[in-house]
Order: sequence, then C-alpha cells, then structure tokens
Amino acid sequence: MQEKSWKPWALLGPALSAVFFLLVVPVCFIVVYSFWLRAPTGADIPAFQFGNYAKFFADFFYPSILIRTIRVSLETVALCLIMGYIPAYFFYQSQTKFKSLLLLLIMLPFWISFIIRTMSWINILGDTGLINYFLIKAGMLSKPLGMLYNEGSVLMGLIQYLLPFMILNIYVSLEGIDKSLIEAARSMGCTEWQAFKEVTLPLSLPGVSAGCLLVFVLTAGTYLPPMILGGPGNEMIANLIFKRVIGTLDWPFGSAISVMLLTLLVVIVWTYNRYLGIGQIFKSLQ
Amino acid sequence: MLKISGWSLIRLYTILIYAFMFAPIVVVLVLSFNPEQFGSFPMKGFSLRWFVKLAHNEPILHAFKNSLILGSLTAVFSTAVGILAAMAFVRYEFPGKNTLNTLLISPIMIPEVILGVALLLFIRWLQQPKSFALLVIGHVVLTLPYVLLIVQARLVGIKREYEEAAMVLGANALQTFKEITLPLLTPAILAGMLFSFTISFDDITATLFWATAQNQTVPVKIFGMLRNSISPEINALGTVMIILTIAAPLLAGYLSRKFAKGA
Repeated sequence: MQEKSWKPWALLGPALSAVFFLLVVPVCFIVVYSFWLRAPTGADIPAFQFGNYAKFFADFFYPSILIRTIRVSLETVALCLIMGYIPAYFFYQSQTKFKSLLLLLIMLPFWISFIIRTMSWINILGDTGLINYFLIKAGMLSKPLGMLYNEGSVLMGLIQYLLPFMILNIYVSLEGIDKSLIEAARSMGCTEWQAFKEVTLPLSLPGVSAGCLLVFVLTAGTYLPPMILGGPGNEMIANLIFKRVIGTLDWPFGSAISVMLLTLLVVIVWTYNRYLGIGQIFKSLQ
Repeated sequence: MLKISGWSLIRLYTILIYAFMFAPIVVVLVLSFNPEQFGSFPMKGFSLRWFVKLAHNEPILHAFKNSLILGSLTAVFSTAVGILAAMAFVRYEFPGKNTLNTLLISPIMIPEVILGVALLLFIRWLQQPKSFALLVIGHVVLTLPYVLLIVQARLVGIKREYEEAAMVLGANALQTFKEITLPLLTPAILAGMLFSFTISFDDITATLFWATAQNQTVPVKIFGMLRNSISPEINALGTVMIILTIAAPLLAGYLSRKFAKGA
C-alpha cells in the first residue's frame, strides 16, 4: 500500500489548488487591502493603517447596519425554526407513501431561480399584488396596505430561501432517532407529548442547532432579498459592501467591511464547531 | 380523539408551509399569462403575448446564450475536479483526510459577496480585466463544494471489489476503467453536472460582481430589469426559468434510469 500513497494527493491536486489559488489567496488579498489607503484621485495606495476600520466605527451609521444584519439573521433563524420544525416532524412521523415526493417538493424551490422567487414577493405583497387585490375586493380595505419595502417583506424573501435548509437539517436528525426509544418511553407510561418532550426533542437538537447555524450564516451574507424587497432602511452588510466596491470603487473600505463580515462568521462557526462539531451540517446537504 | 386532532394540526401546518413555499412560484406562473400591460392582478384573460415579446428580446436571448455556455462550462470543469477529489476521499486513507474534506466543503458557508470581492481584487492585482473566463472560474469555485458533497455521497456505494474482480478475470487497467469504473461513475457524474449547471445558471450575487455589460447572464439581466418596475415580461421569463430548472432534473432522472437499464 505504501507505493500508492501519492495517488490521493494527485486526485486532490486540482481541487486543492483551485480552492487555494481562487479562494484562500484572494481572501488574503481582502485582508491586505483593508489596510490600504484610498487617494483622493481614487487610486489605492499600499499602506498599513487602520483608517478604514476607524471610518467604519466613526459614527453610528455603519455599525447600525452591522447590528441590523445580526438582528435580521436572528429573526430569520427564529422564524425558520418555528416554521420548519413541525413539517420536519411531519415527514418523520408520516406513514404516507408520498413521503419521498413531499420531501422532493420541499427541495424543489432550491432548484428554482433565486431572483425569480425573491422578485415574486412583489407580485404577492405589492400595492396591486395578490393580497391587496383580494382584501380590497372583499371590501376589507379601501386602499392598498403597504406591505413591501420593509423588514417584513425582506424576511419573507429570506425565509422562502432558507426554510428548506432548516427543515432538511431537522429531518435528517429526526430520521436518525431509533424509533424503539420512543416506543420504550410510551410503554413505560409516557403520554405522546411527554415522549416527544423527553425523547424526540432532545435527540433532534443536533439537527436544530445545525439548521440554525446554517440559516444564520447564509442570512448574514445575503444580498438579494434586502436589495429587491427592502427599502432604504433595510440595507444589510452585503449591500453595503456591494455599494462600496462596485458603486464607489472604494476597494480598501469595501475590503475592511468584508473582513468584518468574514470575522463575524468565522467567530460564530468556529465557536459552534468547538462545542458542537460542524459535521452535522454537511449531512443534510447530501 | 386528542391524538387525531393533534396530528391533523401538524398536517394542516405542513400544508400551510407548502403553500407559503410555493406561493411566489405559482403567482409567477399565473401572472405570466396575463395580457395586461402591468404585471399584476387581476387576471384579464389568458395570453402568450409576453412570451412572444420575450422571444424577440435580443438582449435577453443573448443573456440566455451566455448563461447556457457558462453553466455548461462550469458543469464540466467543476464535475471533473469534484469527481477526482471525491475519489480520493472515498477510496484512500491519508493523513488529514477529514480536515481537508471540511476545508473543501466549507466555502458553502462563505458569503457570495466575499467571494465576489475576493476574486475581483485578485484579478485587479493581476491587472486582468473582467472577462467571461472570470465568470467560469468564479462559478467553478462556487459550485465545487456542492459537487463534492453530492458526488461523494454517490461514490460511497461503489466498491473497490468490482474493479479487483475485473482485474482478476484478466481485464487490463484501461478495460477495467471503461467497463467497470466509468459505468458505475455515470450517475455521480450526471448528478454533479446537473447540480453545478443549475447553481451556475441561477447564481446572481457573485455574478453581479463579475459580470460586465457584454457578459450578462439571465439573472443579472432580470436584476437590471427590476430596477424599473416589475413588468409582465419578467414574469414570463420567470416561467421559462422555472420550467427549465424543473425539466432539467426530471430529464436527468430519466436519462440515468435509461442508462441503468442499458447497463
């Protein structure tokens, strides 16, 4: 077997070099750039100074976007958990022969264009959209209810995008529970609710926490829903980065904001991995 | 009695969640057939007007062509690189295996905005202009972790013993690969290509960083159109995209079953 030891490395070569040169090295560039200076002419000057970070924290404007990003991410996590646990439990307990079809259906939006799914909330929540149309027709409203371009509509788009991730994570974890444990609890006199509370729920927590982490991380870096469904006051950190880099071509400042977003996520993922292990997350994605 | 009502509540809740998930999709499908000038309710009949208009929209057709070429190239490169890496993880034992696996899959959790800025800074440093090649490279990086996950799950089932049996029975290395390994790999290859094609075809955030006026993809085009207002043409385009992205996996499923029967 010794002579074969080079083989896995040859197979891994292309993938490792792709990730190293196209991801690790470019991310290091962001870190380096975040210390550079921007000349009044717009040119970037190599330097080592913390001006870009100081600018971020100079007044409350930029930090408030960071805080909003964290708040919206937490809200999305909570809503996905509330909306996702019961369907996952339904898949686990259901005896229906359509179970695999139902699971496939919940994955289906994942295949469908993200921008179309996000944009379509305008068709539903807008002034001439589905909900307002029916409410006015039913005589419950005289003029349309403004449901668009606020945090609520952004959350709709986010949940629609992220809920399948939460459901699948919880489902995978529930599916791993030995059903005889629940039967044992029942035969010892637990009610169905007690058996759920004492056996099923605690055993599904790894999936719950993996789902929460994944949803948080994906929300914190999200660009499209706040851009399309949010108003000026719903900007998140990714929108700020895009505006600085593509809009005003302020590379050093854009890099500094990127570094802060990345640091936030790395700290969260690292802490999670330290205490709970990251492996669970990848299980559900298969 | 209590048991039944509890379960029906769970079922009702699940149905409502499905309604929530599919509402935006159904609404796009329905509205795209509305002949009205503004893409909104109420429906004033049924017409293919906006699809006809779409078919004559040169910039969108151009974007479609870009998206198809980009998706296909991404699928080929990403799957090739992904299959090789997956073989290493499934077939061999080597030091640092788990760490490397996590390292290769973790880009899933890196926000696309960061990937977008990073790669753009890198080619700026190399003094290269934005180009179609940048999009292909970027999309390979974006899709590789997903391909690796999918393909690895498919490969686990392929036992080394089949190949060894072929060798023992007198097949040479090339014959073994052609007759045993490749047919067994085909479903994994198809799955990887389909997955990376779809992700590439749908990607918007990172693509917005890398695209130029000449290299617009369909989602970037839609994003630009949304700046004005939501026109019925966007809904029609949405319907086309939905049908395409649903048809592709179904077709792949059908093909892989056909392959399986033929083998």
